Amino acid sequence: MAILRSTIDTEDPSFKDNAEHNRALSGALRELAGHIALGGDERSRNRHIGRGKLLPRDRVNGLLDPGSPFLEIGQLGGHQLYDDEIPSGGIITGIGRVEGKECMVVANDATVKGGTYYPITVKKHLRAQEIALENHLPCVYLVDSGGAFLPLQADVFPDREHFGRIFYNQANLSAAGIPQIAVVMGSCTAGGAYVPAMCDVAIIVQNQGTIFLGGPPLVKAATGEEVDAESLGGGDVHTRVSGVADLLAANDEHALALARETVAASHLHYRSTVDVAESREPAYPAEEIYGILPPDSRTPYDVREVIARIVDASDFHEFKALYGETIVCGFARISGIPVAILANNGILFSESALKATHFIQLADRRGVPLVFLQNITGFMVGRRYENEGIAKDGAKMVTAVACARVPKFTVMIGGSFGAGNYAMCGRAYGGRMLWTWPNSRISVMGGEQAAHVLATVQGDSMAARGNDWPAPERDAFMAGIRDQYEHEGHPYFASARLWDDGVIDPVDTRRVLGLALTVATRELEVQPGRFGVFRM
Amino acid sequence: MIKTLLVANRGEIACRVMRTASRLGLETVAVYSDADADALHVRQADRAVRIGPPVAASSYLDIEAVMGAVAATGADAVHPGYGFLSENAEFADACAEAGCVFVGPSSSAIRAMGSKIEAKHLVMDAGTPVVPGYLGDDQDPEVLSEKAQELGFPLLIKASAGGGGRGMRRVDDAESFGAALDGARREATAAFGDDRVLLERLIQQPKHIEVQVLGDSHGNMVYLFERDCSTQRRHQKVVEEAPAPTVSDALRATMGEAAVRAARAIDYVGAGTVEFIMEGEDFYFMEMNTRLQVEHPVTEAILGLDLVELQLQVAAGEPLPFAQEDLRIDGHAIEVRVYAENPKRNFLPSSGKLHRVAWPGDVRVDAGVETSSDVPVHYDPMMAKVIAHAPERSAAITALRRALRRTEIVGVEHNVGYLANILAHPEFASGTYTTGLTADAAASLSPADDPMPLLLAVASLVTVPAGAGPWENTDGFQLNLPHAQRLRLRRNRKNFEVRVVRSRDGVYRVESPDGAADVGEIVRHDHRIEARVDGEPARASVYSIGANVFIVRDGATERIELQSAAVGDFQSIANPQGNIAAPMPGSISAVAVAAGDHVKAGQTLMVLEAMKMEHNIVAPGDGKVTTVNVVPGQRVDEGTELLVLED
Repeated sequence: MAILRSTIDTEDPSFKDNAEHNRALSGALRELAGHIALGGDERSRNRHIGRGKLLPRDRVNGLLDPGSPFLEIGQLGGHQLYDDEIPSGGIITGIGRVEGKECMVVANDATVKGGTYYPITVKKHLRAQEIALENHLPCVYLVDSGGAFLPLQADVFPDREHFGRIFYNQANLSAAGIPQIAVVMGSCTAGGAYVPAMCDVAIIVQNQGTIFLGGPPLVKAATGEEVDAESLGGGDVHTRVSGVADLLAANDEHALALARETVAASHLHYRSTVDVAESREPAYPAEEIYGILPPDSRTPYDVREVIARIVDASDFHEFKALYGETIVCGFARISGIPVAILANNGILFSESALKATHFIQLADRRGVPLVFLQNITGFMVGRRYENEGIAKDGAKMVTAVACARVPKFTVMIGGSFGAGNYAMCGRAYGGRMLWTWPNSRISVMGGEQAAHVLATVQGDSMAARGNDWPAPERDAFMAGIRDQYEHEGHPYFASARLWDDGVIDPVDTRRVLGLALTVATRELEVQPGRFGVFRM
Repeated sequence: MIKTLLVANRGEIACRVMRTASRLGLETVAVYSDADADALHVRQADRAVRIGPPVAASSYLDIEAVMGAVAATGADAVHPGYGFLSENAEFADACAEAGCVFVGPSSSAIRAMGSKIEAKHLVMDAGTPVVPGYLGDDQDPEVLSEKAQELGFPLLIKASAGGGGRGMRRVDDAESFGAALDGARREATAAFGDDRVLLERLIQQPKHIEVQVLGDSHGNMVYLFERDCSTQRRHQKVVEEAPAPTVSDALRATMGEAAVRAARAIDYVGAGTVEFIMEGEDFYFMEMNTRLQVEHPVTEAILGLDLVELQLQVAAGEPLPFAQEDLRIDGHAIEVRVYAENPKRNFLPSSGKLHRVAWPGDVRVDAGVETSSDVPVHYDPMMAKVIAHAPERSAAITALRRALRRTEIVGVEHNVGYLANILAHPEFASGTYTTGLTADAAASLSPADDPMPLLLAVASLVTVPAGAGPWENTDGFQLNLPHAQRLRLRRNRKNFEVRVVRSRDGVYRVESPDGAADVGEIVRHDHRIEARVDGEPARASVYSIGANVFIVRDGATERIELQSAAVGDFQSIANPQGNIAAPMPGSISAVAVAAGDHVKAGQTLMVLEAMKMEHNIVAPGDGKVTTVNVVPGQRVDEGTELLVLED
């Protein structure tokens, strides 16, 4: 037992100032999320409800067990990304419990542009499937989509990570023994028709769901045949005639009930890959994190204060505490699940990188999931450090992060700049999931440094041509760079592009990690079995 | 000397009798019906004998079956308890014939008191007052009507052979007498096989006071003071106490002596009870029960006696170990009867498995059930009695109320909350209550649904005990959004939906059809839940059994069911009406319906023979056949329209 001792004074004015600042950030995040959760505009929603359909978030709620947590993925996806508002990227994705089994739920929002797929919609759908594959989560697709958003077809259709990948994933998920279940609650047109068609089990709502490769207008254009949607590909057709769908539902609620039964009938068995202890609450309240985080990411604080408010009983078995002190490494548990935590406590030096490399190897060998608490401006620069080979020590750490096979999770709790992002398991490093806090910033370097670097380059270039650069112009140039970096480094900007899996309130970090760690630390017991070749 | 005692009863009284018998070193024998094979009284006995199927007439009321058990076990005494065969003279005779001691009075005493009319004549002759009325043998309706006029209204018609309120009718005027008489006779016939009735003046503000008597075979007879059993619901006693709060010492002696006179009139031996109806200082003999009463423990408590022990001593021919002047009342005792019944549904008996039974520790509890016992449908739904004894009446009430608050019964509906409400009623506290108490105060004794159990059930549904995994915590967690969830619930046979939103500070806003409340500071520890509801502290025990959440609060149990949209809730979506087509080519071998027939889902409409197999064509849903298009022997192709069905 090594209980972290907090030295925070909650009566300190700076604590209160910090708390106020960070509470406001979380409040703004909740306000934005609340707005996004409404989905499409009021008219679209009323029209949707008027057809006897449930709103997509109500569908998700109806599918999940009563009171089940819902770990949403990419909630801010698509936020201010296009000229049109695309709340949640037009698709709601997340992990929730169905009949006691955690499932990946993918629900089109037909109140947003008819549920059509923008590029970000595709990216979200694929990300959900990736998480499902890595964590062995059954997929339930609540389908209600008009297919690709045609004006942007070039960014939706042809590439490797575009629309076709959805079905590629479905095939390979199914092959991996992960149930694929579709609930057709609206249109499934053209490529979309393959979502139910590629599923293990497809449920369709009578007089509401349709599945066809070409809708009535296309059929008329192609062959001159006039046919209504229901007789072309409605629920009765597909459950009685074509066999494309398997179960017929009377309405949304019935369909969701059938989906729940289908999940239950999947009889999934998991085996835990770690020893799980009884969960214990941290010794300090999570809300105090608000008062710990300084508004300016350059102000130092002891990251152990954050760790003490995330891990079980604030119990932290620290590794090499006296060496490479700018990175804090240690073993702990979150919701009873063992974790190996790496948290920045300053800039990365060679020693810090070597210590982290050592620690990652230990965690990987012991099969303990890695949790990175990222707050890093980068590796130390300067002649002495370059001459000492900091690049090669940094490379060791990046190699260790890249090659570790245990589940990796990253929370960006402050800055995420430059190579520090790589070493601390940024998005490119194959972590299971990655979240950001509202106070975090992400960019190739800090806005201030970028402004100086670019101003120096520009100034040198102008000087070489014998041109003078008046100070006011130079200041305006730098201010522009700073603004651009602030805008593009903001967590909302990042999350809108799915550079992460969501912006989370700092106080939810322990819960979010607990939910994710639970599904990441087990294996699916896949029933072995091979059929002979069926001649179809 | 008795060595082996067979208890010809079940439930709490069988357990209670065996407890004393065991203490006295007797071997105990239980009898049981198939419904009671695993009952508490069976497990408590040294030996147990099956005596028949669940229906009482073929088991606990079957003299032959019980005597068979006596013979099989060599029991030398039989204790009949109360109810069943306890006041059955033939049973007493059968015991005597078998050479076995019947722990109770002689069969002649039973017979003498068995007929209400005979009993009244007997005690009147002994100088005990009876309610003015007509006890005559002439049962001609016109005679009865005339006698009624003479007595005046309101009056009561009672079954001569009756008890427990069956065959009893109140008549307020001459016009309704005829119909009431017919009704009383029907009920009397059904209940006792005897349609004779008696008429009695109705005492309007009556108290039911009864005196416990005890006689031995040496001519000694004492009274063990009185009990006030006026708290009755539909003539069924619910709360009993001793001594009666409104009986003075002088009256106590007068009544006791009157009771002893009545008992002496039939040379009574054993424990018996003389019941009086009382108004003011006037008391009238009603009947004598020739057995141990359900409520005997309150008498035991105030005298420090064991009535079953005394019954056994007297039955064995021993003299009473004390005389009247040795008896002193010590304090006050109150008993409540815990029934498996639903106060919210007109006290409908309840049955089923008891998932949990926990009794308070510091009072006497005579129980016939325990955790995991079954409450069968076949018998009286009384599960237990809780008895408190204290130096003062008010202290006894307080102790009993505290005891009921600590009682936990989960699995069947029960009246513990109702009993607690009676004890809390000011009329009860005053002691001047009459038999009208429960009817007059019915509304306050069964208050409308309290929202608290629902709120605590919701609180338990949305939280889990500490230490649960992050996915087991059903708080509806969502990223950056209100943790809102809709719960479909069912309470008191009504379905409704509750919306629960968790705020950042852990307070849950619960919106139900009855209004909204804030539930916060929820703490779970094992089965305990504590919370603050709209600022007020609340606590209860919670038991989740299947989809049910049981909230036990101050003794009262509420069941709230969590509903999920089961697939079965939806009507068959297979098109019930329209054309029914041949599923394959073949020939019609039979047509079972004609146009105009109403058919049920699944009903065979016709039979199609194809591939050497018969295929039943069945109705996909309920409907009416409008046309039949084929005849037997006809060849049909796949898709041929066979008949048309409409809703």
